[in-house]
Amino acid sequence: MTYFLLRRIGFILITLILASIIIFSITQLLPGDVARVILGQFATERAIENLREELGLNRPLHVQYLHWAGGFVRGDWGNSLISRTPVRPIVMQRLGNSAMLAGLALLIYVPLGIILGVIAALKKDKLPDQLITGVSMAFVGLPEFVTGLLLITFLAIGLEWFPANSSINPDSTFRQAFPYLILPAITVSLTGLGYIARMTRSGTIDVLKTDYIRAADLKGLPASQVLFKHVLRNSLLPTVTVVAMGIGWLLGGLIVTEAVYGYPGLGRLIVYSIQRQDLPLLQACSMIIVAIYSISNLAADITYGLLNPRIRVGN
Amino acid sequence: MPKKVLDARNITVTYKTEKGPLDTVRDVSLKICSGEIYGLVGESGSGKSTLARAIVRYLPENGYLKSGELELGDTNLLSLTKAEMRRVWGGRITMVHQDPNAAINPSVMIGEQIAEVVRTHLHLSKQEAKDKALEMLTKVRMADPEEVARRYAHQLSGGMLQRVLIAIAMATNPELLILDEPTTALDVTTEAVILDLIGDLMREYDTAVLYITHNLGVVARVCNRVGVLYAGEIMEEGSIGQVFKNKLHPYTRGLLGCVPRVDVNKKDISLKAIPGFIPRPDQLPPGCVFAPRCELVEEACREARPALKDIENGHLTACRRYEALKGYGDVIADTREAHEEAGYGELVLEARNIKKYFPVPGGMALFSKSKKQEVKAVDDISVRMRHSFTMGIVGESGCGKTTFARCIMGLEEATSGEIELEGELLPYSVAKRTRDTLRKMQMVFQNPDASLNPQHPAGEAVARPLVLLRNLNKNAVQERVKELFEAVNLPEDYIYRLPHELSGGEKQRVAIARAFAADPTLMICDEPISSLDVSVQAALMNLLVDLQESKGTSYLFISHDLAAVRHLSDWIAVVYLGRLWEIGSAEDVFVPPYHPYTEALLSALPIPDLDVKQESIRLKGSVPSAMNIPSGCRFHTRCPRKIGEICEKEEPPWQDTGYYHQICCHIPAAELQALQGEGLLKKGEGRAAQ
Repeated sequence: MTYFLLRRIGFILITLILASIIIFSITQLLPGDVARVILGQFATERAIENLREELGLNRPLHVQYLHWAGGFVRGDWGNSLISRTPVRPIVMQRLGNSAMLAGLALLIYVPLGIILGVIAALKKDKLPDQLITGVSMAFVGLPEFVTGLLLITFLAIGLEWFPANSSINPDSTFRQAFPYLILPAITVSLTGLGYIARMTRSGTIDVLKTDYIRAADLKGLPASQVLFKHVLRNSLLPTVTVVAMGIGWLLGGLIVTEAVYGYPGLGRLIVYSIQRQDLPLLQACSMIIVAIYSISNLAADITYGLLNPRIRVGN
Repeated sequence: MPKKVLDARNITVTYKTEKGPLDTVRDVSLKICSGEIYGLVGESGSGKSTLARAIVRYLPENGYLKSGELELGDTNLLSLTKAEMRRVWGGRITMVHQDPNAAINPSVMIGEQIAEVVRTHLHLSKQEAKDKALEMLTKVRMADPEEVARRYAHQLSGGMLQRVLIAIAMATNPELLILDEPTTALDVTTEAVILDLIGDLMREYDTAVLYITHNLGVVARVCNRVGVLYAGEIMEEGSIGQVFKNKLHPYTRGLLGCVPRVDVNKKDISLKAIPGFIPRPDQLPPGCVFAPRCELVEEACREARPALKDIENGHLTACRRYEALKGYGDVIADTREAHEEAGYGELVLEARNIKKYFPVPGGMALFSKSKKQEVKAVDDISVRMRHSFTMGIVGESGCGKTTFARCIMGLEEATSGEIELEGELLPYSVAKRTRDTLRKMQMVFQNPDASLNPQHPAGEAVARPLVLLRNLNKNAVQERVKELFEAVNLPEDYIYRLPHELSGGEKQRVAIARAFAADPTLMICDEPISSLDVSVQAALMNLLVDLQESKGTSYLFISHDLAAVRHLSDWIAVVYLGRLWEIGSAEDVFVPPYHPYTEALLSALPIPDLDVKQESIRLKGSVPSAMNIPSGCRFHTRCPRKIGEICEKEEPPWQDTGYYHQICCHIPAAELQALQGEGLLKKGEGRAAQ
């Protein structure tokens, strides 16, 4: 297990290095000159040249990369070109906001998805299964701006249960933010639910077919004990992986949902940094997202290993 | 006076299918008394598992009990609700299934899987249940019950898992125990141990047992009564002595004739395969269900279905012509016409000192300086094979026989050694071998489902080697495919069938046709018949013998089935832990002196002949890991004839006992001969005399 962990962490480091090279190269390819973006189109050539010199943009690319990457490792993520303040507090604050949204969404869709998936598996090919599978697939297929707008129309504007706009102050606490989190959380849950339900359904169907479930039935154990102790312990293993990998998506991939509700998460920050060509900000956001994806992937593997005795105990 | 435990009368089980309702088991009655082991024998498709599931009322959703009565003791099982059945399951009726690896929950500790049953049915407290689990593990002779109780399924071998399942099944002291092919997935040595265990436990517990199997040898070893099931109906039923001695149904005789004998081989007899197939439930003949395949059939047999008739003292047969059978003599197998002694053919294959070591993946090699761990799957095996000659390789699973075959084939790259085919030294990897070499060496695999492409018609599979290895043009290929299908006794229209439209035996025929398409000089058969029914096995063995005679191909025949190896092979090599221990002609290896390992294998083999006397020599434990090979003689940890320290310290010498029969053992051959006396397979006071 230790060997496995060390190996995986090594791979994550390699991933991060490769990702940083790619991110750095791509940001260099973005159209427009940074200095001109900062100074506006009426700035003189001399002023632009001075600023380029000051920002180090005239140095060779690999020097720029090493400077940036080295700073990143030391915790100096550079200054935002627009606000001229350090990037790190901004990114971390938005990451916190994303985490609040992610946490609430997970609390909604993971238990619900598992319950629906198990029901669908137990009633395979019957009406409840067809209903659950059909509806959850429809939500997976629907883009978030559609489900988001539908929710806003009915729950916020029609019934006035929740606020339609979630553009809260970026430094709100969870308690302050909670009412504004509900609609965006439901929106992403509708997508996540489908994945969890499907994964749980197929995992459970596979396990229900095994010899050891037949054996458990024929041991005369109560049906509930067969389900909770013998079926779910095995059938939820693949679901656990999907949940852990969903964390990466929730933290860094909610660009559309955050835009629909105006919620100040990491996704919004990326869009903003691209629009304003704020390179240090964009680079930091991208690196954080890559790191989150790698770590949640590792978390998925570790949880799987811990839950599966074949990996945990070895021979 | 034993009391009646199970009384199933006139059971008919029906499945709803696309073709309408099909009666897969028809009008079957079973009575089993306490302390009795009732063997239900039948080939696949005979309905034996369906019958078992009907008895416990655990049929799949599309199956139901159409008619019949089902009583367990005084309880009418058919009147119980699902919830009440749950109280019967695990309490009054328990079941053990075929594949022990699949029947134990991988995520729950072994001890708990026993304890939960007794908590549910005997209402024991947590601690009492734990103690009971340990007691049961001791009962099934687990060496370290406390340790085993804490383990998970993947940490135990198949034989140990099957013992755990038996412990679970016996924990509640059930009235009826149903064993559904409990040893089919196990090695012959492990099987023997499990069968002994079942026999001993039954003497202790007085449980009624329904033992379902396809293996007549197993029935002969453990059962008191036997019922022969065919196409959903009982053909013959009686005590072991009645059925095995008198065999008053042609199907029983047919089944027994299919089993190769351990005292003769292909030179003397050809097996008597039963022609045709089991009729499908939607295509049952109007008369006797066995009539289409029966040699004694007459017009009246085809007209009305004969009833099961009690001939004497509970010996029942469904054959109208049983009187005629009595006079028919003991037809077990056809004798073959005098076989020409082939003498020494040319050398086809010479494999010298083949070794195959696998590195152990994952270890701590990166951080520790200890020597790299290796699995020594094959550790110095040499064989020579001549033209039109069969070399049989036997050994338990995990002994390296398949790896050895794959090294010869080049599917695994040998670590060291030399492989010569017709005097030409071959590269280790199949990728580096020439087309001509590939053509000369072909392989038939164990599982035809996995070795035939499900998307390609059977004919295409056979055509591939013709195009790839023999460069034939289109017309010639078509001609050859037709000839090959004829050679393996498949109808011509099968050329266009997809694998899923063929039965297991037919698929294996296609695989054999494909191997012969290349016109090989050497064919490697890796357990080619193990997954098939006995009657199909017999037909395939005959086919292999015939093809060898007409084409002169040499076979390297790998099997754990000693009887099949004995039947097909000229020469037999016994493998254990990656090394040879005995090698010699088939006649010599199966008579004393034997290597103690060969002796144990032979003693474990269930033989469907009550006259054969077998001493029970049982091996302890399972094959040690090839990562930690025991010192000295590798077999010493399990050897029943170990003589002392020398076995642990020194590698044993090869001894020649004449005519190239060699044994690798510290015990002098003459002494082995004296110890083993007449041998294990002599006719004499077997079970029949008891």
